[in-house]
Amino acid sequence: MADIYTLGMDLGSTTSKGVVLKNGKEVIGSSIIDAGAGTTGPQRAFEACLKDAGVDRSQIANITATGYGRNSFEPADLVISELSAHALGVHTMYPDARTLLDIGGQDSKVMSIGKNGRLDNFLMNDKCAAGTGRFLEVMAKVLEVGVADLKDLEAKAEQTVSVSSTCTVFAESEVISQLAKGVDILGLVRGICTSVAAKAASLVKRLGVEEPVYMTGGVARNTGVVKALEKELGVKITVSQIQQLNGAFGAAVYGYGRVK
Amino acid sequence: MIDNKFLTPEGEKKPGKQVLRELQDKIAQDVFDAKARGEKIGWCASNFPQEICTAMDIKVAYPENMGAAVGAKGGGLRMCEEAEAMGYSNDLCSYARINLAYAASDECPEIQIPRPDFLLCCNNICSCMMKWYENLSVELGIPLLMIDIPHLTEMKCDPDRVRYIRAQFDDCIRQLEEITGKKMDYARLREVMEVSQRSSKAWLRAISCMGAEPSPFSGFDVFNTMAVATVGRGTVEAAEAFEYLADEYETAIKEGRSTFKGEEKYRILFEGIACWANLRATYKTLQSRGINLTSTIYGPAFSFLYSNLDELMAAYSYVPNSYCFEKEVELRVNDAKAKKVDGAVIHINRSCKRWSGNSYELERQLRAQAGIPTMTFDGDQSDPRVFSEAQYETRVEALVEIMEANKQAKKGADAQKEAAR
Repeated sequence: MADIYTLGMDLGSTTSKGVVLKNGKEVIGSSIIDAGAGTTGPQRAFEACLKDAGVDRSQIANITATGYGRNSFEPADLVISELSAHALGVHTMYPDARTLLDIGGQDSKVMSIGKNGRLDNFLMNDKCAAGTGRFLEVMAKVLEVGVADLKDLEAKAEQTVSVSSTCTVFAESEVISQLAKGVDILGLVRGICTSVAAKAASLVKRLGVEEPVYMTGGVARNTGVVKALEKELGVKITVSQIQQLNGAFGAAVYGYGRVK
Repeated sequence: MIDNKFLTPEGEKKPGKQVLRELQDKIAQDVFDAKARGEKIGWCASNFPQEICTAMDIKVAYPENMGAAVGAKGGGLRMCEEAEAMGYSNDLCSYARINLAYAASDECPEIQIPRPDFLLCCNNICSCMMKWYENLSVELGIPLLMIDIPHLTEMKCDPDRVRYIRAQFDDCIRQLEEITGKKMDYARLREVMEVSQRSSKAWLRAISCMGAEPSPFSGFDVFNTMAVATVGRGTVEAAEAFEYLADEYETAIKEGRSTFKGEEKYRILFEGIACWANLRATYKTLQSRGINLTSTIYGPAFSFLYSNLDELMAAYSYVPNSYCFEKEVELRVNDAKAKKVDGAVIHINRSCKRWSGNSYELERQLRAQAGIPTMTFDGDQSDPRVFSEAQYETRVEALVEIMEANKQAKKGADAQKEAAR
C-alpha cells in the first residue's frame, strides 16, 4: 500500500509551524519560522517543511491548518481549532495525557483530555499578555538577552527577585527599575519565569489538574517556567518532545484521519 | 380579528419584533412629547419599579437603554473616550461613561433622550449606578430619588426586607408628587400592576418558546425585543405586543418554522449582557456555525411576577444581580436544562463587575451541574475596545468541536442501548 503523507500547519501569532506526517505517525519533516499569521511566515513555513520532508506538494493527501491564521491559509483543505489540534497532537504522541498546558506567543491555553483523546474542556487566558511568551520576549529585550537564553540564566539563579506586576507593560517598568537598583540579574530572570508560571498555573487550577500533565508551545522550552509551574501546581510536568510543533502535528494527524 | 396596529399598510401581519420596535420608538417619543408639554420627566434605572411612574403618568427615559443603543449603533467608543477625557476611568461601566458624556455635552448623533428634571435610581441591578446617578444629580443640579434594594443573601425576600423596600417605595411616591405635581391614584396603580403581570407573563411565554427544538427564533432577537419589557411593561400596548409575539412564536413552533438562519445544530446558553458594540461579530460567529442562543437570563430579568404590593416589593429583589450566588446558579442550570443547551458562552464583561465578578465560579457550576462544556470571552457591553474577534472565534470553534463530539458520543450510546434491547 502506498504511503500517505499529510501536512499540518499551525499559524500562530508570532510563529508559523509545519509538520509533514507519514502514515499518520512518523514526522518526516518540519519547520518553524519566526513570523506569524498575516506575514510571509505561513508560506515560508509551508515550503520549508515540504523541503525538509523531501516530498512534493502533489504527494500530500491532505493539508490541515490551525492557529489564528488558519482561515486565511489558501492551500488548506481543512481547518481545525487550535485547541482540538493540540489535544489530538498530544494524545497521539502521549496517549496517557489528561491535562495539556500550551503557552504560545500571545495566548496560553489549558485543556482537559479524555481517555479517548477527546478535548473535554478548555480554558484560555484573557486578553492580557501576562503568562504568555510575549511577556518573556519583552523581558528578555529589557535584559538584553535572547529569549532562548532565559532558561540557562534561570538555571544559574540562586535566589528569586520577585516581579509583582501582572501587566506586561508595568512589569517591564518594574524590571527596568530593579535593574537600575542593581539587583541580581539571575534572580530577576527567575522572578520573570515564576511570574509567567504563576499566571498560567491559575488557569490550570481553574480547569482542574488531572495527571499526567504535559506541556507544549514555545514557552515549554524554558525550563525555568516549567520548574516554577511544577512547584506551583505540585505535579510533574512532561514537556512534549515536539513542543512548538504539537499543534501542527495534531493538524496533520487530523488530516490523516480524514483521508486514510 | 387582528388589530390594525399589527398589520402593515398592505394588510400583512407584522412580525412581533417589528411591533415591539415600533412601540419602543413610540415610548421614546412620548418622553420627548411630555417634555415639550412642560411636564417634568426623569432618567430612570432599568430595574426601578416602573409601576410608580406608569401609574402616575410620569414619563421617564432609560440611560442604560441609551447606552446599549449607542453601543449597537457604533458610538460607544467615541462616547467612552469623551467620558475618559472628562476624567472618568475606563474601568467604569460603559453605559455610565456614555451617559455621563451625554449629560455633559447633550450631544449624541446615534440617539437622544430629553434632559431630565429628576433621577430615579435603584441598585438592584448594580451598585455602580448609585455613584453614576449621584454624579448626574450634582452635575445637572436635579433631585435624585433612590430605592435601595439590599442584596438578597437568602433564597427568599423576608418580610423585614419587604417593609424596608415598601417604606422607600411610599417615600418615593411622595417625593415624585412634590416634584411633578402629579398625584398617585392607587386604583390606577392596581391596574398598572395587573397590566404589568400580563406583559411579564406574555414575555416569559414568548421566551419559553426557545425550549422548542428547533427554537422558533434566533435567540439574539431577545436582545432586541427585551427593550419594551424594560421600559414599557406597565402599558396595555406592551402587554398586547408581548402576547402577539408569544402567539407568533407558538404558531411558528406548531408549523415548524424558525427565524434562525440555517440549521440549528447546537443550542447555547449565553451568559451576561450582550456585546452591543460587537453584536454582529458575536452573533455571526455563532450563527454561521449553526449555533442558536436558546437560553439567557438577561431577557427574563425584566419580568416581575407578583399578586399584591408586598409581593411587588419582593419581586424587585428577585433580579439576577440582586440574587445570592446559589440562586443565580439555580436559575441558569434550570434554564440550561429546560432549553436543552449543548454548551455555554460566557461574556466576561469588563463594564459589569457585579455580573462578571463571579462568572468563573458560575462557569464551574454550569459544567458540574448542567454537564455542559463552556467558554468565556472578554468583551464589553458598549465599549468595543475590549473585544477580540479572533480570540472569540478560536474559543467558539473549540466549543463547537466539543459539542459535536458530545453529540456523536450520545448518538453512539443511544445506538448501543437500542441494540441491547
